[in-house]
Amino acid sequence: MPSKVNPLDLVKRIRRGDQAAASRALSIVVNDEPASELLAKEFFKSSGSAQKIGVSGPPGVGKSTLTGRLIGHYRSQKLKVGVLMVDPSSSISGGAFLGDRLRIMEHATDRGVFIRSLASRGMIGGLTYAIFGAIHVLETLGCDKILIETVGTGQDEVEIASVADTVLYVTTPSMGDEIQAMKAGAMEIGDIFVVNKADLAGKDKAVADLRAALGLGHSAGQAVKAWEPPIVATSAKSGEGIPELAKELDGHWKHLQKSGEGRVRLKRQHATELQFWIQRRVIKSALDRVTDKILEDMVSRKTDPASIGRKLLK
Amino acid sequence: MDKPLRVLIAKPGLDGHDRGAKVIVRALRDAGFEVIYTGIRQTPEMIAAAAMQEDVDAVGLSLLSGAHLTLFPAICKELKKKGLKDVLVFGGGIIPDEDIPVLKKAGVDGVFGPGTPLQTIVDYLKGKLAVAK
Repeated sequence: MPSKVNPLDLVKRIRRGDQAAASRALSIVVNDEPASELLAKEFFKSSGSAQKIGVSGPPGVGKSTLTGRLIGHYRSQKLKVGVLMVDPSSSISGGAFLGDRLRIMEHATDRGVFIRSLASRGMIGGLTYAIFGAIHVLETLGCDKILIETVGTGQDEVEIASVADTVLYVTTPSMGDEIQAMKAGAMEIGDIFVVNKADLAGKDKAVADLRAALGLGHSAGQAVKAWEPPIVATSAKSGEGIPELAKELDGHWKHLQKSGEGRVRLKRQHATELQFWIQRRVIKSALDRVTDKILEDMVSRKTDPASIGRKLLK
Repeated sequence: MDKPLRVLIAKPGLDGHDRGAKVIVRALRDAGFEVIYTGIRQTPEMIAAAAMQEDVDAVGLSLLSGAHLTLFPAICKELKKKGLKDVLVFGGGIIPDEDIPVLKKAGVDGVFGPGTPLQTIVDYLKGKLAVAK
């Protein structure tokens, strides 16, 4: 929908908890509409106090259902919850099927929960360039906890670690042995590991494999970690393990505040936000200038990627 | 590139046959829409809340049980109650011709029966939503 509303009025309404206003602002920010920079400046003032929880892991491990369980848990404590769920955009049509929301429709009419589905819109890494803008809207809306579900990840999607305060890495009993858990990449970024679908056979072995891989010891030159990532077995289907998981999430949040690690992470988040902002603008303005003529010149070898690329970046 | 249009596909009522809804989801995705699907057995309140939070341009309703005369108008009313006056509402399923004028009067802009070519629905949405902008 096109926006005809006054942006500052929108900010006021969002601060009062108006979900419709937040929804409109999210579109403005995500679509980079003209009012987005003005809004972003206002929203940034309210940012930095909610716990941002990343929910990451391979497709089909139960991230959405687990997210639904966490919403239920936080709502039982009367906390306000914001949820951002990212699914991939098609590289062919630009369209997307945003299918996470249907797993958590039981929270649809709860006024203390705001859920928004986002398409990755060309970003690799499990998120979308607009993720920080979207988070700031939910912070302004007064959410105490913000759950961010990534695209189902492979082994290399680690962007969530530069966006969230606490990263849940979700896996299942059938995701492979300790060798998988020793690989660099997505497995390195978990602050809390979750073995979901604990109702399936093999839970204990999966937990033991993870524990073995994580407990291989500290590498030379690495400081002793102040936070050892715990492993929690859950069944999002039955609700088993959710209170334990929530306890670990609270524990990590307290650790971040007490140890000063929270400030380190916030700075890393701001660096990433700045990076996304610049990438979005620089890449977009350069790519918008790629014409068919340029591609024709490349086919006929009149120019090359380095020469034309340098010119487009000017 | 223009921003993708967003559509919520919803299944109100008690029938669990959502193959039709899923075919529409797939066709719209392939036509460049961002499509959110609510799943089956949704109340009008749930559908309106999802449409509001997702800030969609259109809501598509699928219903095969015969309760469309009750549920479609109830959803249109809930959407208006949430301030979503500009959202395009369209629907499909097993809907007798004589019911279509009643639904249109209640706020359902387009009704598409079985056998409608997918391209017809894509063109309808693109045409209607382009005008709205």
